[in-house]
Amino acid sequence: MRGLDTYKGLLASGRMTRRDFIQRAMALGATTALASTMAGQVLAATPKKGGKLRLGIGHGSTTDTLDPATWENLYVQVMGGATQNKLSEIGNTGDLVPELAESWEPTPDAIQWRFKLRKGVEFHNGKTLDTDDVIASFNHHRGEDSKSAAKPIVDPIEDIKADGKDTVVFTMKTGNADFPFIVSDYHLSILPSKDGKVNSTSGIGSGGYTIENFEPGVRTVLKRFPNYWKSNRAHFDEAEMLSIVDVTARTNALTTGEIDAMDRVDIKTAHLLARKPKVKIVETSGTAHYTFAMRTDTPPFDNNHVRLALKHALDRKALLQTVLRGHGVVGNDHPIGRSNRFHADELPQREYDIDKAKFHLKQAGLSSLKVDLSAADAAFAGAVDAAVVYKEHASKAGIDINVVREPNDGYWSNVWLKKPWCAVYWGGRPTEDWMFSTAYAAGAPWNDTFWEHEKFNKLLIQARAELDEVKRRAMYVEMQLIVRDEGGVVVPMFNNYVMGLSKKIAHEEMGANWAFDGFRAIERWWFA
Amino acid sequence: MDKILKMIAQRLALGAVTLFIVSLIIFLAVQLLPGDLAEAILGQAATPETVAAFRRELQLDLPAYERYLNWLFGILQGDLGRSLANQREISELIGGRLLNTLFLAALAAAIAVPLAVTLGVLAALYRNSFYDRTVNMVTLTTISFPEFFVAYILILVLAVNMSVFPSISNVSSDLGFWERAYRSILPALTLTLVVVAHMMRMTRAAIINLLASPYIEMANLKGIKRSRIITHHALPNALSPIINVIVINLAYLVVGVVIVEVVFVYPGLGQLMVDSVSKRDIPVVQACSLIFAATYVLLNLTADILSILSNPRLLHPR
Amino acid sequence: MKDFVKLLRSSPWSARFGMAVIVFYVVIATFAPIISPYGETDIVGSEFEPWGEGFFLGTDNLGRDMFTRLVYGARNTIGIAFVTTCLAFLIGGFFGLMAATLGGWVDQALSRIVDVFMALPPLIFALLLLTILGTSIPILIVVIAVLDSTRVYRLARAVAMNIAVMDFVEVARLRGEGLMWIIRREVLPNSMPPLVAEFGLRFCFVFLFISALSFLGLGIQPPTADWGSMVRDNATLITYGDITPLLPAGAIALLTVGVNFVVDWFLHKTAGLRDDQ
Repeated sequence: MRGLDTYKGLLASGRMTRRDFIQRAMALGATTALASTMAGQVLAATPKKGGKLRLGIGHGSTTDTLDPATWENLYVQVMGGATQNKLSEIGNTGDLVPELAESWEPTPDAIQWRFKLRKGVEFHNGKTLDTDDVIASFNHHRGEDSKSAAKPIVDPIEDIKADGKDTVVFTMKTGNADFPFIVSDYHLSILPSKDGKVNSTSGIGSGGYTIENFEPGVRTVLKRFPNYWKSNRAHFDEAEMLSIVDVTARTNALTTGEIDAMDRVDIKTAHLLARKPKVKIVETSGTAHYTFAMRTDTPPFDNNHVRLALKHALDRKALLQTVLRGHGVVGNDHPIGRSNRFHADELPQREYDIDKAKFHLKQAGLSSLKVDLSAADAAFAGAVDAAVVYKEHASKAGIDINVVREPNDGYWSNVWLKKPWCAVYWGGRPTEDWMFSTAYAAGAPWNDTFWEHEKFNKLLIQARAELDEVKRRAMYVEMQLIVRDEGGVVVPMFNNYVMGLSKKIAHEEMGANWAFDGFRAIERWWFA
Repeated sequence: MDKILKMIAQRLALGAVTLFIVSLIIFLAVQLLPGDLAEAILGQAATPETVAAFRRELQLDLPAYERYLNWLFGILQGDLGRSLANQREISELIGGRLLNTLFLAALAAAIAVPLAVTLGVLAALYRNSFYDRTVNMVTLTTISFPEFFVAYILILVLAVNMSVFPSISNVSSDLGFWERAYRSILPALTLTLVVVAHMMRMTRAAIINLLASPYIEMANLKGIKRSRIITHHALPNALSPIINVIVINLAYLVVGVVIVEVVFVYPGLGQLMVDSVSKRDIPVVQACSLIFAATYVLLNLTADILSILSNPRLLHPR
Repeated sequence: MKDFVKLLRSSPWSARFGMAVIVFYVVIATFAPIISPYGETDIVGSEFEPWGEGFFLGTDNLGRDMFTRLVYGARNTIGIAFVTTCLAFLIGGFFGLMAATLGGWVDQALSRIVDVFMALPPLIFALLLLTILGTSIPILIVVIAVLDSTRVYRLARAVAMNIAVMDFVEVARLRGEGLMWIIRREVLPNSMPPLVAEFGLRFCFVFLFISALSFLGLGIQPPTADWGSMVRDNATLITYGDITPLLPAGAIALLTVGVNFVVDWFLHKTAGLRDDQ
């Protein structure tokens, strides 16, 4: 088995994912079980305790708050990952693992979910976790006066009740087989309650670190919580999170050793940074993706042939190379990423095909097409460049894309969901149902293509309540196909999270669902 | 002297009016920006219901004039209010940052002003010499680079390659003076390079301008040494424009350092204001602009008083 | 014409150097489409191609020819900076001299208005205005010119104040000369040197202000080539010792030095001083 050692090295250094490793190993003749064991061996290492981790994060604003309901940038999300827990957690290998809930169980229609809480969990203020805390924490996001970004995802909850001392029963409006995934959402932190209410801005949680000092937009000092219930996590004694918005400043701080890790490495110069002796580049490929969303209720995008023409008029590989310098994966015009459970590997990749683009244009009864594409770098870094490149590609098919550069400021309120065609960023969702019901279901608040597809919507509800994995998979594959061929969205690529780490830092396989090890870097990593 | 005191009182009163107008302009401008705090905070995650709930809670649904008047009454009672975004007391939010900003400005000015005036006087003294041209060329080159670029070069040389100073200015309130100065030295040097040329050139120009005056020629004819002519005869009369340009640059050091703050992660007021503008956190924007405006008004007044003291003729307008 | 040649002959090397630089830049800017091998925004190669054949200075992050972008950058950057500075001096200079000459309530009123404008933090006020009004080039020019003109006003007034209290102005006033005459014939010529010195610097500050704005995401919008944004776009490279960002920055620096050398010479001439003095 020559070559396997190389893969082991790649896996150990984080340059290859566990999933890829297993695939490669199997290609070399290993059985699934063997490959999986090998991956485990390579990645297993005994974490060391101690030290002070310093993170340089390219987000953070002086307007940040400690209230999980309005968290929207990586800075507070990572802080939340270190200081608070959820009922469940997306583990570093992408599997759903219990966190504050010990176990859960649905009724056969997936309408009622019973979550059994972990015993003996202590909050930073000394309180012990009970059912009231869970109910109050969820109610913080529900109801008419909720200003929570998580409101749309907790809206399907009809009722939350305690059953006995340590069980919470969630009753859904319709069956939802993915509900345990939903409760891992970073907004849905469980906070200590008092008289049925949580003090959402106190920063007190049950996580591995307590907040010693929080200066919004500048720094946060975290100290290890001695009574943390997880014994194999939270290895650092202390952590300091610095908000370093300028990428050059971040890079310099990492090179000079003033921080130990940074996010959003400048991809133009990532190869140069990798040459620095004390630095390694780590990438994870998750569910985050870019889209160009067309309003299917507005001409000419109401004609599926126009949409297909535009989908065929883009060279995704070239775009990936230009905009992300290859740090990503080409998309297939649907929002389900390779790390999702039911990603349809079998669907053929959408190719750059001028003839097909012209064909569909003709089918739409057009000989040429002129459309506006709105973009700003607020949508995603390089969005305007991407639009300019798209314009070049499409012009060969007789399509004239007029790139409208929109202001960054207020992009999400004035352009997105308003302009007929615009660039959009999606962090993605851990489950197919979550992603589809967020942005593709008829009437969903963030359905940015204003798309209403009868069969798709029917499948969506069916699949949501289906507990049989094989049947579910078939349904989700069909839905991916429908979105790909009839949806209003061009998905050019999935972007990697590219991070720079000091070589001192050790970690297991890195969670790919979000940047910084699924927001959990501070409690998962350690100094080698 | 009475006249000067009267002028100061008058100017302070005018300054108060200026502050009021500034607050009004800033309020209107933020009001005219697209979107409001609720939309800006929730960003992509906004839905109509949550935005509405946000507005209700923060009383953003009140008419604009009512919100302005509420704020104004608060200010008149000495209450800066709370940040809309995170409900913190603005006085608390600003206090530490104001100190940081002033510290950095003072440090930069302590290096830049003496340096600029000395270089300028020497350049005027040795006009057209090799020294004059070199100083000119060097200072002109330093101000030709955008300040973030100057900062990057300083970081590259002094922090990355030579490792003498930290590349980010991680200052906090518990630091001693020298430690703080050490960590702030790179931003201060950047600012020095940015402002020195302007002040130096104005010093030089103002002095040279006076060298053609009859009284200087007289001094020349009397055979007084050139250095003495410049320091004793030309400089005092050239003070007014020099002071003016110094004040403009001092104001810049307090008000205009957003970019240096971003590059060095220096927790000053500029960053706070830019963040608050982008999130439409009006009370914080208002408080910051009042501080900046007050700084300017006071510096300006100081400059005028110094100008008058240096040229008493100004005190007796026709 | 003859006088001009004679004037040039007598100029020191620094002024000649400055003039050569300016002429060079003006030629480049004027004939940009002829000089540059490609179109301003054309994607002609792959990203970051090295210097050499085909692409004299390589290509940028989108595969556009760097040399072409620099040449067009000259046109856009100098054009915008020049128009902005002239506008700022017209507005600021005129009102400044007028306020100093007239004094009294005109001076008071103008100065108070300018005080308000100057009391607004410039970068943030520009940020507000550009967000509200959009970032098209004419708006950019007007916004920066108006903000800059307050600084010019202040200087012009300060310089002219000293002159307005001089005896010859008093005499002119007693002679019954009109306001414009006094400004044009007495105050302006005598306050020219500091103003011209200021012009040279203000001109460069406009580049810097624009590049500061592009640092914050406003400023001249791509795909228009301008030096300030080009420095910004490639700034990270300097960390790795790559000199690409130095090209546009150097272009700005060279022009700044050139302009100010000429300004110095002019200053020298108007001050009526001989070199040996």
